Amino acid sequence: MRTEMNRGLAEMFKGGVIMDVVNAEQAKIAEVAGAVAVMALERVPSDIRKQGGVARMSDPELILGIKQAVSIPVMAKVRIGHFVEAQILEALRVDFIDESEVLTPADEQFHINKHKFSVPFVCGARNLGEALRRIGEGAVMIRTKGEAGTGNVVEAVRHMRTIQAEMRRVQLAPKEELMTIAKELGAPYELLLELAELGRLPVVNFAAGGIATPADAALMMQLGCDGVFVGSGIFKSADPARRAAAIVEATTHCNDPERLAKISQGLGEAMPGLEINRLETAYAERGH
Amino acid sequence: MRSVATKVRVGVLALQGAVREHLLAVTKLGHQGIPVRNEAELKHVEALILPGGESTAMRKLLDQAALLPALKTFAVHRPILGTCAGAILLSSRIVGQPTHHIGVLDVTIERNAFGSQLNSFAGRGSVGAIKDYPMVFIRAPLFTEVGPGVQVIAQYQGQIVGVRQRSIWALAFHPELTEDLRVHELFLKQE
Repeated sequence: MRTEMNRGLAEMFKGGVIMDVVNAEQAKIAEVAGAVAVMALERVPSDIRKQGGVARMSDPELILGIKQAVSIPVMAKVRIGHFVEAQILEALRVDFIDESEVLTPADEQFHINKHKFSVPFVCGARNLGEALRRIGEGAVMIRTKGEAGTGNVVEAVRHMRTIQAEMRRVQLAPKEELMTIAKELGAPYELLLELAELGRLPVVNFAAGGIATPADAALMMQLGCDGVFVGSGIFKSADPARRAAAIVEATTHCNDPERLAKISQGLGEAMPGLEINRLETAYAERGH
Repeated sequence: MRSVATKVRVGVLALQGAVREHLLAVTKLGHQGIPVRNEAELKHVEALILPGGESTAMRKLLDQAALLPALKTFAVHRPILGTCAGAILLSSRIVGQPTHHIGVLDVTIERNAFGSQLNSFAGRGSVGAIKDYPMVFIRAPLFTEVGPGVQVIAQYQGQIVGVRQRSIWALAFHPELTEDLRVHELFLKQE
């Protein structure tokens, strides 16, 4: 029952934008701009990249301040495998936990057993096997890993296309081939059967990692994502309130190019972008 | 009463939220489900469903699409059903907020009346003549006051979770998240 309710909350986010915020003031801006939820964190990914060091769960005081400031759901991040950070966030009664590769992993081998928690989890994935492994561990929502803090959408596109190509393969395969595909993808067999029957992932799948413009958001929606996360893309841009509202509008009206043309006008500078092959650390390679 | 065999063009406000689930329920009942994102699309439908999602986000998108006046007019003439966030959009008074959204339903609604996601729950109860209906409450609102022309059609543990004012229906829970189509069926049978 808990799983159904938690999957249900994720369904309510569909067609929406979830925004990274580092304080109550930014959370308010996000809510007014039409965010469906906010992600509370201490530093946005592009700052984590610049400043380096170990990135951890946020100070509970900050999370509580953000919860007070807004009426929309509040999410927060824990390090991969750090189940005590997750216990603390559950005690703080956040609405959703992101077990995130953007923070420094606490466990290089294992993710959190998310079935042990009542609070819902979202996890990143680069391919179908990874998505289904996370769902097998109890995640009720998936997002592409992309490459956070780069303002470069190329990795999110790669991950979404990979997931979809693998889903097409599963849907076209006769049933006797599914066990071998499960082995190749490293995916739980039962979930692969469910996917073959449903014709889609059993949970909501959002885009994340590198989305910086309304066009990026619409691109990910047209590629088949259910919604988008925007991290550094909003509050590292010249006019966050305006850009946030524009990305919200573009996500809903992703199939209307004339409208996208209007939405994209005069937003000021986007966040500065980074090329993937010049990165010191690829966050997407954390967790597997 | 409209016979079940008549195919109704049912719009689902498709700005954000659980749109697909409502469209699926409508289609399973043999009606035509139509996503509505603008005024032109609204003109094509005979009934409208406002889905669950985030009401603040939907309001922003309604303003961007300049859809509020058309929805107010629609609610006067045509059946309209709001679930969860959709119910908030319809309500005339929202606890703690100075203004309403569509505001055609004479009730006071309290957003997120139970607390965080950890307080979300499911149960069963009656909706009008429908007995033992599965009710899923996700960060759900509650109706705290209903006006004289409003009929209470669903209660859960003594609290008002479903109301009806003429052909305007509002529910605090999510019929679209269950396989049980009886609420959609009842709503679409009225005329």
